[in-house]
Amino acid sequence: MRRALHAEWTKLRTVAGPWWLAAALVVTTVGVAAITAAAVHYQAQSQQDVMRLALTGVDLGQAVIAGLAVQMVSTEYATGMIRTTLAATPHRLTMLTAKALVLAAAALVAGAAAVGGSVIVARLMLPGRGFTVGHGYLLVTLGNATMLRAAAGTVIYLVLVGLLSLGIAAAVRDAAAATGIVLGLLYLSPLLAAVVSDANWHRHIDQIGPMTAGQAIEATTNLSSLAISPWAGLGVLAAWAAGALLIGGGLLRLRDA
Amino acid sequence: VSATVAVDSPQLSAKAGFPQLLHAEWTKLRTVRSWLATLVIAALVMVGFSWLAANGSHESVCDGGTNTCHGAPPLAVGPGGEAVADTYYFVHQQLTGDGSITARVVSLTGVVSTAGNAVRVGTNPFDLHKPYLAPWAKAGLLLTPKLTQGSAYAAVMATGSHGVRMQSNYTSDTAGAGGAVTAASPHWLRLTRAGDTITGADSTDGVSWTTITTAHLANLPPTVQVGMFVASPVSGGGVNSPGKSTYATGRFDHVELSTGNAGTPWTGAAVNQGPGYNTMAPGGYHQTAAGYTVSGSGDIAPAVNGAGSDGAPAQLGLIGAFAAMIAVAVLGALFIGAEYRRGLIRTTFTASPHRGRVLAAKSIVIAGATFVVALPAALVSTVVSRHVLTRNGNALYPLSGATETRVIVGTALLVALTAVIALAVATITRRGSSAVVVIIATTVLPLFLALTVPGSVGTWLLRLTPAAGFSLQQQLPRYAQVAAPYTPSDGYYPFGVWGGFAVLCFWVVVALLAARWLLQRRDA
Repeated sequence: MRRALHAEWTKLRTVAGPWWLAAALVVTTVGVAAITAAAVHYQAQSQQDVMRLALTGVDLGQAVIAGLAVQMVSTEYATGMIRTTLAATPHRLTMLTAKALVLAAAALVAGAAAVGGSVIVARLMLPGRGFTVGHGYLLVTLGNATMLRAAAGTVIYLVLVGLLSLGIAAAVRDAAAATGIVLGLLYLSPLLAAVVSDANWHRHIDQIGPMTAGQAIEATTNLSSLAISPWAGLGVLAAWAAGALLIGGGLLRLRDA
Repeated sequence: VSATVAVDSPQLSAKAGFPQLLHAEWTKLRTVRSWLATLVIAALVMVGFSWLAANGSHESVCDGGTNTCHGAPPLAVGPGGEAVADTYYFVHQQLTGDGSITARVVSLTGVVSTAGNAVRVGTNPFDLHKPYLAPWAKAGLLLTPKLTQGSAYAAVMATGSHGVRMQSNYTSDTAGAGGAVTAASPHWLRLTRAGDTITGADSTDGVSWTTITTAHLANLPPTVQVGMFVASPVSGGGVNSPGKSTYATGRFDHVELSTGNAGTPWTGAAVNQGPGYNTMAPGGYHQTAAGYTVSGSGDIAPAVNGAGSDGAPAQLGLIGAFAAMIAVAVLGALFIGAEYRRGLIRTTFTASPHRGRVLAAKSIVIAGATFVVALPAALVSTVVSRHVLTRNGNALYPLSGATETRVIVGTALLVALTAVIALAVATITRRGSSAVVVIIATTVLPLFLALTVPGSVGTWLLRLTPAAGFSLQQQLPRYAQVAAPYTPSDGYYPFGVWGGFAVLCFWVVVALLAARWLLQRRDA
């Protein structure tokens, strides 16, 4: 296992793509956070969750993590490298586990940088947009237990999105198809929730969708109105990721490379 | 993934015509089973998601007294077939045959509800309010054959901040003299009937009159109702907030009927109060020595989603187009990405050295195939979701056949052009997956942000990105004479139907030109 881990880590760090994607994750997440902070302004009648505002960039950043995860599997199939990999690590589930662990570690580090950057940007910009203590808003900070839970949970959210993508990529192999399925799975549930008017349907979609349920972890205010509690929501996403990895691992074992 | 190439004769290679090239590309598309499956999946997810969204939208109005619930009342429909708001206070009497009515509006004032939501008829309307004159608050003269919802009318009026207007049959609106109504500058108004022709005129002194315009009301009966009306529309609003109802009061004097029967009594009527339009209070009138004071709430105008009217969200029927777009983006990206991956691209360019033509043939084949699949899917989605929405008690906006056709064909076009952009981006990046990310980030994500994140980020992205093409699905027109937020959530896009389509076409052309330039510059 240690050798498999070392091999996966070497493959990841010795090509330029993953480094670019990691940089893209941080830049897009923090960039969208800055654009959002510049576009919103305090309104007395609408109550905002400043942490959710700070983490708007995650909506886009997760697509980059998904891309990174898909590349880890699909590039090997595209180039035929997968046959060398499996010759070196014949036990396929060991290979997939090693990939998952290396991806999780990379996503953890890059995700922490992206979330940290977003928190700093929000801390600096939101008070200037009227989200001040005087208006009843807390400053975005990691010193508060709820906000720390939201920020740390969002890093875990990004890791889980990566694992979900890895499982799907292992199942369908082709990069374009895997990317399409992952992003479809992520974005369609909130879109559906945005247009249905029935409160029950809205709640059920929020509870089931990997993105809507997982992002419950971003909430810091009005927790009682959430469709699913923060950690349970993250659990739903974890179940999606586990399911995808199980299917991907199962197909990997059954099929020729 | 494997494909066969139809062009196998060496003689064909140099002079192969464009039809052969099209045939070769079509053969590649139809012989890969997973690509055909993707096309079928695109159609199925479009219908499936539209059906799901329609299923999740129930509307019911409950009667607390009898404890019964029923669906939303149908929207009122005007003479032109469009949904309308037709709620106002009317002080009227009969006018038989030709004639005219004249009055002077000496003041127009108003209040807005400060309650969190619009106040419905019958609920403590005046507990919370502050002075506010809605820009489209109206006080003036109106002529209509009957007081039922959606009936024909012609009216000349003073407004909150849009000067004097002559309006008729809901959609027609012509500006007269400008300026607000003040004690120093009152507005004289006159409405004249001659057969089916109604002429509106205004004056500053009651002596020299200026004709604003004329309106033709088809099949006007000999006896009509004429009189003074006041309406004041909902302010603000949107999908998640019904806006705040307003209430206006107009003072009239020098009210004269040409037929001289001004001595007959006026009748006051709160016209069409009910669930159709959020009003603050029904209104009323009283006569003073100086003239008449009339108060009212509501609007006489085309219905605008998000402005006091209670229709189902206009875009529900085709929301599944998103899912289809993701599927065809994958297909478009694979259509060239797979050739790069397998090295088939070198065979293709050997068979047809003119690379620009290969790209053109691929674009035509992918656009044609996705359009042909998306068109029936859009039609089925529309029919199915309409059926489900109606069954769930939603009131639907009536659409003209032309609009309905444009929305369905436009959705298929949107799907087809998304596949073409994906093809072009995959040609540029030579990698299918990055093309899929680019397409989703520039088409699905902007609308997602516009629908879910408050503020203007999503609206701006809907102006700049290929997602602007979603405007083809816009069902209801904007009206200058109705102040409303006109947000994407309400079904209105920033550049209007054809402006948004132009932005999408711009991106298709840019992507194809960049792809062609790189194809010719690079080795395969």
